[in-house]
Amino acid sequence: MSATPVDTDPSAHSAMEPHRPRGSHLSDRSRAERNLGWRLAMPAFVIMVAVTGYPILQAIWNSFFAYRLTDPENRHFTFLNNYAVALSDPIFWQATGVTALITVITVVVEFVLGMIIAMVMHKIVIPRRTLRTLVLIPYAIITVVSAFSWFFAFRTDTGYINHWFAWLPGIDAGTDWFGGFWGSIFVICLSEIWKTTPFMSLLLLAGLAQIDTSMEEAAEVDGATYWQRLTRVILPNMKAAIMVALLFRTLDAFRIFDNIFIMTGGANGTSSLSVLTYNQTIDRVEIGMGSALAVLLFLFVLLIAWLFVRVFKVDLAGGRS
Amino acid sequence: MALRDDVKGTGTYSLIAIPIMIWTIIPLLWTLALSLKSTDALASADANILGNFWPRQVSWENYQLIFTGGASELFLPALRNSIVVCLSATVISVVLATFCAYAIARLQFPGKRMILTTALGVSFFPVIAMVTPLFDVWRNIGLFDTIPGLIIPYLSLTLPLSIWILAAFFQQIPWEMEQAAQVDGATTWQAFRKVIVPLAAPGVFTTGIITFFTAWNDFVFAISLTSDRARTVPAALAFFTGASQFEQPTGGIMAAAVVVTIPVVILVLIFQRRIVAGLTSGAVKG
Repeated sequence: MSATPVDTDPSAHSAMEPHRPRGSHLSDRSRAERNLGWRLAMPAFVIMVAVTGYPILQAIWNSFFAYRLTDPENRHFTFLNNYAVALSDPIFWQATGVTALITVITVVVEFVLGMIIAMVMHKIVIPRRTLRTLVLIPYAIITVVSAFSWFFAFRTDTGYINHWFAWLPGIDAGTDWFGGFWGSIFVICLSEIWKTTPFMSLLLLAGLAQIDTSMEEAAEVDGATYWQRLTRVILPNMKAAIMVALLFRTLDAFRIFDNIFIMTGGANGTSSLSVLTYNQTIDRVEIGMGSALAVLLFLFVLLIAWLFVRVFKVDLAGGRS
Repeated sequence: MALRDDVKGTGTYSLIAIPIMIWTIIPLLWTLALSLKSTDALASADANILGNFWPRQVSWENYQLIFTGGASELFLPALRNSIVVCLSATVISVVLATFCAYAIARLQFPGKRMILTTALGVSFFPVIAMVTPLFDVWRNIGLFDTIPGLIIPYLSLTLPLSIWILAAFFQQIPWEMEQAAQVDGATTWQAFRKVIVPLAAPGVFTTGIITFFTAWNDFVFAISLTSDRARTVPAALAFFTGASQFEQPTGGIMAAAVVVTIPVVILVLIFQRRIVAGLTSGAVKG
């Protein structure tokens, strides 16, 4: 410990900390603090890394093998063959396309809806508390419950949607939403949006609350229209909160599984990458191929996170420590 | 002038709030409505009012089905498993994260930014990517379809979340009080136990609620790593069957859905403010 005289993380010194002298030796006090810090932080950190790091390493390892659970004798090393098979299979690209489609639809709709809800929550006087509480409820509902609720709502036998919206062209009592691709995707997205918009709107609300109201007022005095105030003052000033909300939701949406599994089980070409991986692993017990798909999904998630952090310059840990 | 503008604006916002509240509440009412429909009402629109929405006659048969009837053997153990697994994962995570977050917020040591970044990275992890290897290994070492076999992977969902939210909470605590205690002669450990713990308790409690929601919501681990004995409610719902093989399990599923939804809705109603604070402080600079 005393071999590293200079603190390796200068940002760790917050402004309110008394500045410590950086001599060639740490004082006993700061060495004790360091040790205590590690002792307190280590159990959580080690367990967190173990329960996630181990499986992903095991998945990478398994992905190099042709390995079917029911046929362990024939397990053999094939290096990148599983990846080659996956990447040249249209089913994989179909699932990737569906995942990307659902991600884009839900994140865009949730951003617009979330922004409206956040603005109402920010400005509303009556019923302020009731609105905030109600809006939060879907966040706490189990995704599977939301999926069933929307699934039964759209079904021809049990549902009410066809009864309520029969006046719309193209909808009648017999409209089968789950008979084709777009109908299924529509209901899947609707359930996903209902369940996760609260989270988005809360993050946006926190961003809104940090905007200096005097700027908005100044713009209003200068004669700016509502749209101008929104696009020139409000949105640019909450850019950090917007990017964080979009990143969180994009990565979450990209993992979509529950809604698809409950509503279509992947029928009509609605399998997402997660559903495809599940089917390979659990139903077909193709551990090797399932692992390769899991690793590919993991790489996609890394790529998205990288894009957000590098290209859009999202500073996630900003203002921390 | 300014006052009139304000009042006018408020009215507009109240008006927009109405469709937002309706959009939020209809699926909840619908879940309740389905759970109160008899088998006949589920099959025929004539037995319902408001465009096949609400039953003309409220029936409790679905609740009988899941609590005492044919589905109780599936639902009651699943409910018990859900409670045991989620509470265990929550308690373990929050206890470990409390120490970790305290160290991050309060003590000087290298690597704390790395811990936060790792927690964030882990929380973005696609759950299904962990399922494939665990499914194989758990079968070999006998953890498949057991309670510990679920609690361990649940930690990968709950631990990073707890660390991240708690670190944010702890950074808002007035630390001067700890320094005051230390000036009065308390050690770091005593200051932690006597001063910080009471200050931190609300944050820890809120983190517990949010963590519990996350565990309660899990579906992927539950259907992949259990087959029968350790199955939790979300997984059991997906495999519900009706009173007979040819009967739709709709009513039973929705009754079970209502039962597992009531506790979380009550938590939201009571702790709304704190949950919002916990969710947002962890994600946005503040």
